[in-house]
Amino acid sequence: MSAGALTAREPAEQQLAEQHSTAGIKARRGSLGWMVLPALLFFAVFAVLPLLGVVALSFTNWDGIGAISVAGMDNWLAVLSDPVMYNAVWLTFVIMVVSWLVQTPISLLLGTFTAGSQKYRAVLAVLYFLPLLLSSAAIAIAYKALLDPNFGLAEGLGLPFLAQDWLGQPQLVLFLVIFVIAWQFVPFHTLIYQGGVRQIPKSLYEAAEIDGAGRVKQFFYITVPQLKYTIITSSTLMVVGSLTYFDLIFVLTAGGPGNSTRILALDMYLTGFRANLMGPASVIAVILVVVGLGLALLLQRLGGKNAGGSQLEGL
Amino acid sequence: MESRLSSRRSFLALAALTPLAAWTVTACGTAGPGTAPAGGATFWSLTGEPNESIRKKSLDAFNAANPDSKIVATVFQNDAYKTKIKTAIGAGQAPTIIYGWGGGTLKTYAQAGQVEDLTGWFDANPDVKAKLFPSSFGAATVDGKIYAVPTQTVAPIVFYYNKELFAKANAQPPKTWDELMALTKTFNDMGVAPLSLGGQSRWTSMMWLEYLLDRIGGPEVFQAIFDGKAKAWSDPAVLETCAKIQELVSANGFIKGFSSITADSNADQALLFTGKAAMMLHGAWTYGGMKHDGGTFVKDGKLGWFDFPAVSGGKGDPLNTVGNPAQYLSISAKASDAEKDAAKKFFKDGLLTTDEITAYISSGAVPIVQGIEDKLASSEDKDFLKYVYTLSKNAPSLQQSWDQALSPTAAEALLSNIDQLFLKSITPAQFAENMNATLGK
Repeated sequence: MSAGALTAREPAEQQLAEQHSTAGIKARRGSLGWMVLPALLFFAVFAVLPLLGVVALSFTNWDGIGAISVAGMDNWLAVLSDPVMYNAVWLTFVIMVVSWLVQTPISLLLGTFTAGSQKYRAVLAVLYFLPLLLSSAAIAIAYKALLDPNFGLAEGLGLPFLAQDWLGQPQLVLFLVIFVIAWQFVPFHTLIYQGGVRQIPKSLYEAAEIDGAGRVKQFFYITVPQLKYTIITSSTLMVVGSLTYFDLIFVLTAGGPGNSTRILALDMYLTGFRANLMGPASVIAVILVVVGLGLALLLQRLGGKNAGGSQLEGL
Repeated sequence: MESRLSSRRSFLALAALTPLAAWTVTACGTAGPGTAPAGGATFWSLTGEPNESIRKKSLDAFNAANPDSKIVATVFQNDAYKTKIKTAIGAGQAPTIIYGWGGGTLKTYAQAGQVEDLTGWFDANPDVKAKLFPSSFGAATVDGKIYAVPTQTVAPIVFYYNKELFAKANAQPPKTWDELMALTKTFNDMGVAPLSLGGQSRWTSMMWLEYLLDRIGGPEVFQAIFDGKAKAWSDPAVLETCAKIQELVSANGFIKGFSSITADSNADQALLFTGKAAMMLHGAWTYGGMKHDGGTFVKDGKLGWFDFPAVSGGKGDPLNTVGNPAQYLSISAKASDAEKDAAKKFFKDGLLTTDEITAYISSGAVPIVQGIEDKLASSEDKDFLKYVYTLSKNAPSLQQSWDQALSPTAAEALLSNIDQLFLKSITPAQFAENMNATLGK
């Protein structure tokens, strides 16, 4: 598709239609539609069907073992009047927002840095990406051992000020969790930004240099605007991903102490598989899906109507 | 084309999100029960030494002697197993032999018709029943019918202490709760934590409530809770128990950071044998762990133990004990007749054999078999084993662990509320109120 036609979409379609025969287009669309089928089938079987199952289960009483009985609206009323659930929603949002605020600037800067072609940057980039190789459970177990106030890092290095009860204090533990999440996911987002920065044409920077713009100005007026869609992609992954920070938190704190890290996904799991209350757990699952969908659609909107458009107009 | 793009995007968004819900609901259902050999049966149990090796040896011996009814075992980690077995049973994928702890969970299985009634089998095999501790059958019985075979070892909760630290502090094991409270100051002044606790595991904190409630109100209080009597958690004894626990927490009785220490990693035991904490309330099974991990700590006689202190004015007999009366094996009702027969044969000939009894005793545990005093007396751990044996045998009441006795729903609420009680984020009254809501569930 030619770049000049991007400002107005409809004329672009017409232009295309004039260039090709109608039959040709239809044939192409037909073949494309056929190619979507396998993915659609998978999606229906592994996503839509279980989702419908969860919605149905949310109106029943089931302990996961015995018979399923109809509960009507009971589960919904119970969950919606449960302060633990609202606390879980609140914690989920705190983790989401603070994680985004912490991870985005760090990965943006690291990504820009590692995008450079110097050798030492390539070496550093490899080191930065090491956490990507580790599973969440391994990271959680490692941090748990390091943060242990009696046998952890403080004891090993002889640094008593590190001997805090990091994971045992309700006020502290949430920020510890956000830190560990950042440690795990910043490399991933750095990778995304690195790719994004490398896509920006050199000519933009050359032109800016001729106009006398410094490094900082180049970063804010060329790099960041050019990365608009990369930022949206990375943010979507962060925001939607923060709804699924289950494994890490489960191993690290198991939702505790008390309910201070019991996020929505964990609340759902504990309700369903520990307390054997599949009905209320399904209600929480539906809430989780609705929240996730809402956020994803919101982020799509933030990308603007012209989300598929190019950033390289006129180049 | 615009519309197609955007619909594909929301489609992708959906695709990205829905697996969350889908995954959580379908998780854990992947692996089947393994395939039983013809005429044989499958058996799920736990990892963790020394019991894992002991079970394996017994199984190998049984399989060698019974090539036509082989038992195939699969082992899982404790916490993972508790979730997996529930899901497997619910999905009709249970193994032939189900390992468990009896009590409330077994009741759930029995009421759903998922486990075989073994009452008739015990009547037909009176020798098996007569061989075992009578007290071990309570948690295997639901509505007068026996649904599981008690096996392995009895594990009361024992108060351990570090003799070296006590000698340094010139202190004696506490006989009363007030003496225990006084000791918290003694050890804190020495710069040693008075009590080790793996609080993140939550059932570890629960052991404190179990003992203390029994000392204050006697076994009747929990019996009323177990029976689901209205407002049973609001009993004054429960409120006093909770208040005393919070006093102990406020007096820095438990080690710093206890709420992030897990029992699964045995870090709580390490605190005791490395001298960072002076005392620990824990299951009898930790003796073997400390013997294994603690270097010469146990061998040099530095590990001591005593009865849970009495509470002045308390109604409970100081001889009362809490803990796990035994471990339990049930047969899946969904298994084929051949599988069931193989399992029953294993129950009769393969469990608590002479070799297995010796193996348990030398690991530092008391098997639930009658008339083993001589064997215990000749063991290198005879002091501890005799203590556990007498404690279990003479206890007027051996209360099963609450989280096993209650239904899984009530147990999860209990553990969550105990955690908050120890953090002092709820008051005793709130604890009682929250728990009253779970009665009968």
